[in-house]
Amino acid sequence: MISQSEIKKIVEEARKEALEKQDILIYTLHKIQDKVENNYIPEESAKIISKELKIPLSKIYEVLTFYTMFSTKPRGKYVIRICTSLPCHVANGREIIEAIKDELKIDFGQTTKDGLFTLEETGCLGLCGVSPVIMINQEYYGNLTPEKVREILKNLKGGEEK
Amino acid sequence: MPKIKSLEDLMKIKENTLKNVKMRELGKRGKIIVAMGTCGIAAGAKETLNAIVEALNESNIDDIAVVQSGCMGLCEVEPTVKVEIEGETPVVYGHVNPENAKKIVKKHILAGELVGELIVKQGKE
Amino acid sequence: MHLTTNTILICAGGACISSGEESVKEALERKIKEYNLQDAIEIVETGCMGACSLGPIMVIYPEGIYYQKLTPEAAEKIVEEHLLKGRVVEEYLYQGDKDKLIPQPQKEIPFFSRQVKIATRNLGVIDPLNIEEYIARDGYFALHKALKEMTPEEVIKVIKDSGLRGRGGAGFPTGLKWEFARKSPGDEKYMICNADEGDPGAFMDRSILEGDPHTIIEAMTIAAYAIGANKGFVYVRAEYPIAIERLSAALNQAREYGFLGENILGTDFSFDIEIRIGAGAFVCGEETALINSIEGERGQPRVKPPYPAQKGLWNKPSNINNVETLACVPPIIINGPEWFRQWGTEKSPGTKVFALAGKVKNTGLVEVPMGITLRELIYEIGGGSPTGKKIKAVQTGGPSGGVIPEEYFDTPVDYESLNNLGAIVGSGGMIVLDEDDCMVDVAKFFLEFSVDESCGKCTPCREGNKIMYEILDKITRGEGTEEDIELLEKLGNTIKDSSLCGLGQTAPNPVLSTLRYYKEEYLAHVRDKKCPAKKCRDLISYVIDPEKCVGCTACARVCPVNCINGEVRKVHEIDQSQCIKCGSCIEVCRFGAISKVSPAIE
Repeated sequence: MISQSEIKKIVEEARKEALEKQDILIYTLHKIQDKVENNYIPEESAKIISKELKIPLSKIYEVLTFYTMFSTKPRGKYVIRICTSLPCHVANGREIIEAIKDELKIDFGQTTKDGLFTLEETGCLGLCGVSPVIMINQEYYGNLTPEKVREILKNLKGGEEK
Repeated sequence: MPKIKSLEDLMKIKENTLKNVKMRELGKRGKIIVAMGTCGIAAGAKETLNAIVEALNESNIDDIAVVQSGCMGLCEVEPTVKVEIEGETPVVYGHVNPENAKKIVKKHILAGELVGELIVKQGKE
Repeated sequence: MHLTTNTILICAGGACISSGEESVKEALERKIKEYNLQDAIEIVETGCMGACSLGPIMVIYPEGIYYQKLTPEAAEKIVEEHLLKGRVVEEYLYQGDKDKLIPQPQKEIPFFSRQVKIATRNLGVIDPLNIEEYIARDGYFALHKALKEMTPEEVIKVIKDSGLRGRGGAGFPTGLKWEFARKSPGDEKYMICNADEGDPGAFMDRSILEGDPHTIIEAMTIAAYAIGANKGFVYVRAEYPIAIERLSAALNQAREYGFLGENILGTDFSFDIEIRIGAGAFVCGEETALINSIEGERGQPRVKPPYPAQKGLWNKPSNINNVETLACVPPIIINGPEWFRQWGTEKSPGTKVFALAGKVKNTGLVEVPMGITLRELIYEIGGGSPTGKKIKAVQTGGPSGGVIPEEYFDTPVDYESLNNLGAIVGSGGMIVLDEDDCMVDVAKFFLEFSVDESCGKCTPCREGNKIMYEILDKITRGEGTEEDIELLEKLGNTIKDSSLCGLGQTAPNPVLSTLRYYKEEYLAHVRDKKCPAKKCRDLISYVIDPEKCVGCTACARVCPVNCINGEVRKVHEIDQSQCIKCGSCIEVCRFGAISKVSPAIE
């Protein structure tokens, strides 16, 4: 778990770069979410941001809930974003989605019981040349087949067990 | 890094870098092929290669490519070097130590004269 | 700086990275070191080379040999054979028609040779993290010319005369935009680059940012000088981490060399750029929503007017240009407006980058002169269908655009011609569709996207598009009526007229355009409960042809719900009441015995 002082440090650094009152908010939220183990913004963190940046808590939640990349609920260690745009759809993306759902036994927006994986949809990742594509945290995976994607997931699971 | 202020500063960087970038572009005048088979390397082809690159660099020649190849089958006269200039018959030189390599660059590449005493073979295989 | 004998340019664009570029590079480095050649051979990671379907790709110079579909094993072999012994490794060369090997497709294949590269001139040619290579390709010379030899008004005039239009989708003349911002009163102004590329199927902005970040920095600085701004922002979507990383590095280099910061190139002009990152909201690509997002608000659009040129970021005059548009600016400043006008058409001069995707052989990025026909683009450059199936249409402009049927493929690609067909050039995404693609499904797909991405501020977009989506869903399930089709048309036109921003105003386009050309497909869905492309699951069934089935049991073994029955070496049968229509069986059948039929079998 991230400590209060770490959050304060991130906010403090961000404040130095701010030009106007609120313009650094989204950046700060990204920074904190990247550091928090479960890929989300805990309520305490939001409160600290509110106090330090002098932005009402309601405003922070207004922003937090608008953007799909932020979460107010704990997510898995690996956030899998599946591209559901047309280029991936016509390249049999539907089968990839089904393979992942089947392998992890979860639906979009859910997290596996072991807390490892969260499944989300994303708009076009701009890698249509190698569609279908998914993104796991900051890594891209392209030219997928149901077999390949099952293997990737198995490897991640295997890596955790070791 | 001093800040860039003038067109001259920009040109200087451009020219320096261009030498390097140009190496990888097509449309060269010709190439020098260094045989880098096991025999060639054992005979000192690596030093020859470095000497050629250095000599080209010193004379500011940027339209000649330096390429490595396998053994040319002339193991007794290694290190061997083949010079191929657009529109000319290829020439193979033998016993090309670093010193001879520099000679080849100066005479053949720069002045367009063959280095008679080193020629092993002329023309296509 | 030492000279090298071979330079390997390896494509480190996002698509190649996702297909394994890093492990290929590691194998190269390992092997080169093994032979002690690391001083003689240079490896350069470049931006996207464009031919994403062939990745990972590398080109070895000076010969210019193009290797494709690489693996770590391939890399080791190439080091041993090509670099050490000078022998081209044929198995990784590009294969043309009739399996002819083509070592230098850059010169011979229309995919490469028909291209005119302006915005993408440096992609795949330079190391994006090396500012000196950018300078070597005339980088920052345009900035020098603009700052030292031209007044801001002259810069604006050159861009106006060139006829450059916004490449993000709307096609508004760039020079005019700059002039509005210049003339707008205010002592503080902002220059913003819109890198929130989000149209499904478009990825040129990502490729430019990844492969040539300095061109964006140079162009933004020129634009800032022209409009009188001292502060700039690049708004990049968070889905592009590599682009963000390379742009940050490039910004630091530019500051170090004095191209950004105080007194640029020794003049009294000062300007600096900061990056702002999105967080997964498509609507932020709309310029006023983007401004709200930079300000740290929800990314909802503002009512226009006032336009950003009058009241933009923090209510100061602001100018927003898209990445590809900016990438055209430095060459235009250096070469002049007439140079740019030698390509393209009178009203759409210059070139445009298109992203080919879908059912086409050569997927990837291509930059071609405006006015090229769709047929040339899809068949000559794109190489036509990869499977031999008939190409049915092309979808252009993503969720704001429309479909163009094959009969119209001789239309020149420019802003006006495509508008006349009910489609748009848009950001340049071209998704090729073939006979397996259902037009109702395509329309539904895009609408679902727009419904998801609607910010919810105005009613026509929030509610209207949702209702259209529900109707389309009904039709694809075989429950639609002919009245529904009429309602779709009416509703679509109303939403177009009454929505607040570009997202809502264009969201019905995919529906209206498929209705225009493929009404009979809609009618087949409602009248005959039939999907002609056999795509809509509720309207199809999978069947086994008893004549062709040999009873190999492959399909029965792969079926996830065990609904295929039959004994070994006897004809199998699918239990229609259990079948979930996943299509797994059709993939594994080697005898072509399984097919889809529509309408569905009861």
